[in-house]
Amino acid sequence: MDLSESKDFLVHTASLKEVRVFSREVFDKLKLNNDLKEELVLAIAEAAQNIVKHAYKGVENTTDHMQIKISLKDNNLEIGFFDKGKPVVAENIQHRKLDDIKPGGLGTFFIKQIMDDAVFKKDQQQWVNHLILSKKI
Amino acid sequence: MSYKITEEGNISTVFLNGEIDMDVTEKAKEVILPIVESGKEVHLNLKDVSYMDSSGISVLIESHQKALENNTKVVVKEVSKSVLKVIMMAKLEQILNLE
Repeated sequence: MDLSESKDFLVHTASLKEVRVFSREVFDKLKLNNDLKEELVLAIAEAAQNIVKHAYKGVENTTDHMQIKISLKDNNLEIGFFDKGKPVVAENIQHRKLDDIKPGGLGTFFIKQIMDDAVFKKDQQQWVNHLILSKKI
Repeated sequence: MSYKITEEGNISTVFLNGEIDMDVTEKAKEVILPIVESGKEVHLNLKDVSYMDSSGISVLIESHQKALENNTKVVVKEVSKSVLKVIMMAKLEQILNLE
C-alpha cells in the first residue's frame, strides 16, 4: 500500500503528543506491527523534538509551524521534516557516547538506531531545514 | 503525565502515568528530584508509563545520578515493555537500578 500524508504542527513541546498521534494514525493505516510502529513513532518524535529544542533554541512562543510528511512507496518509508528555524549544520550533529552517562544527547542516537538513513536536504525554498528519515519496511 | 506518591519508611514510591516526553520532563523532575535530594530512597514505578522518549530517559539518568550524590538510590520498577525497549536501546539497563 502506497500512501503520503502530511500535517503541520506549531513548533512547541506541547505539539509532540500531536505528532505522535498523527504518526500512529498513519502507521495504523499501513497496518504496521506495534513494535515497528512504536519505534518509528519514537524516531519521528525525537526529530520533531530536535526542531523545537535546537532549530528554535532561545525562541519562545513562536507562531511558526513545522511540517511532517510520511510517505510509503514500494516499501520505502520516507519521513520529511520541514521547519523555518535556525539552519542546521548537519556535520555538527552528533549524539553523545553511550558510555558517557549523562542526561541528554540520546535523541539523535535513537533516530540512527531506528532508521536506515537521515539526510538534510537544501531543496526547499519555503523552508529552512528539510530532514528526510528513511527506512525500508 | 500524572503521578501519585506513596511513603513507607524511608522509601517514597512515585507512580508515573501516561507518556513522558520533553513537554513534561520539568514536571517529572520537580516531583522526583526534591525527594531524592532529601536523601530518601525513591522507587519509580513505570507500569503505567506507555511511552518515554530521550527526555524521559534523561530524567531517569539525572535522578539516578542525583541519588548517588545524596548517598541514596533510585529504583526503577515495573517498567512497561515499551519503556524497557527504550532503556535498552540507550544501553542503560545495567546502569539504572531496574526491578
